[in-house]
Amino acid sequence: MKIVIIKYNAGNVFSVASALRRLGYDSIISRDAKAIKQADKIIFPGVGEASGAMSFLRETGLDILIPKLEKPFLGICLGLQLLCQYSEEGNAECLGIFDQKAKLFPPGNKIPHMGWNEIKHNGGKLFTGLTDKPFVYFVHSYYAGLSEFTIAETDYILPFSSALRKDNFYALQFHPEKSGKTGEQILKNFIELI
Amino acid sequence: MLTKRIIPCLDIKDGKTVKGINFINLRDAGDPVELGARYAELGADELVFLDIAATLERRKTLTELVKRIARDINIPFTVGGGIDSASAVEDLLNSGADKITINSSAVKNPGLIDELAVRFGSQCVVLSIDAKRINGVEKVFTNGGRNESEKFLLLWAKEAVERGAGEILLTSMDADGTKNGFAVVTTRTLSEILPVPVVASGGAGKEEHFFDVLTKGKADAALAASVFHFGEIKIPELKKFLKNKGVPVRI
Repeated sequence: MKIVIIKYNAGNVFSVASALRRLGYDSIISRDAKAIKQADKIIFPGVGEASGAMSFLRETGLDILIPKLEKPFLGICLGLQLLCQYSEEGNAECLGIFDQKAKLFPPGNKIPHMGWNEIKHNGGKLFTGLTDKPFVYFVHSYYAGLSEFTIAETDYILPFSSALRKDNFYALQFHPEKSGKTGEQILKNFIELI
Repeated sequence: MLTKRIIPCLDIKDGKTVKGINFINLRDAGDPVELGARYAELGADELVFLDIAATLERRKTLTELVKRIARDINIPFTVGGGIDSASAVEDLLNSGADKITINSSAVKNPGLIDELAVRFGSQCVVLSIDAKRINGVEKVFTNGGRNESEKFLLLWAKEAVERGAGEILLTSMDADGTKNGFAVVTTRTLSEILPVPVVASGGAGKEEHFFDVLTKGKADAALAASVFHFGEIKIPELKKFLKNKGVPVRI
């Protein structure tokens, strides 16, 4: 099992690699096209700002490579937003896997949405072994709305997609690497069941 | 529903926890990593590690410690103590810290908040404020509460958020150490005027105090140290107590 964590200028890669390590999996942290193409599982983390991250992906050609990947791919946090068509953050054209926009939360409560909130998931493989409404850890100001790709939803100011899926592309708005045992189970499911 | 957070704070010196720990089943009660992991298991929502003797020479020790914490602990954590530059923040974030907190350095150089927010994102920039009532107004203190600054609490907090702080950690020096409860009114005022989360700190003595500050005080999170370390309040029981009283918490 070869797991590659894509390293770009907006990732909390060490925490993701540490979470995989706790599950007994080694990972490679890389932005090398060859390493990414050879991976069995690809993780695309992200903490940072969308337009800057997209510029970096374009400079490195990762914007062309990522949509062509056929192996299971997991975007995390900013990673989910970058897999959308567009983000309001810095008016960024994104990777376009999910035909929808990442928008700034409207006024109504504190922003960022920071802390532990429930997800209502579809019971798919990624959520095997979890309760119906487990708690996970969020930190974000932009969200993807509900769509045909939604596989989990969460309520904050409005209902939004806490997880999306299209074919081999999975994405989580929360941080599984920081979401205690629930998060570790989701990562384990991604590695072992998908 | 977004839950209210309960946050134990661990004071660190030379890579070890310094406050007395009266805890169960710990091999090394002075090891911040083991203590942090135990709190995570018990249901703490986040952890704060404060290096109370941070100096340049010791930054390396702190970075190493942060790496160990990130390897072992599966909940978010904040690191603070003597952070005064973007390069120090970069080291800590790259070592796995989720957020950093600054205090005196931001009072001295408020532009540091802007710089950190632009480079790393507001979500990881926590501004700690130590406040004390002087002649009826809340003033901001620096250097571990030793020096009174020119700044007033509400104005400083607003300015910091405008500059890009993503969360405010408010310690009431008047309440701190009293065990008579958090500064509910001040916390509420701050929470109502700020568009970002407010963490209340100082004064926790019993479970009701957490209830008060998370409801009447409108805090998004409550932080405490000794009541947790000495086992006077146990996190699982505290959370059950809060849940029974209708406060949204993660159990």
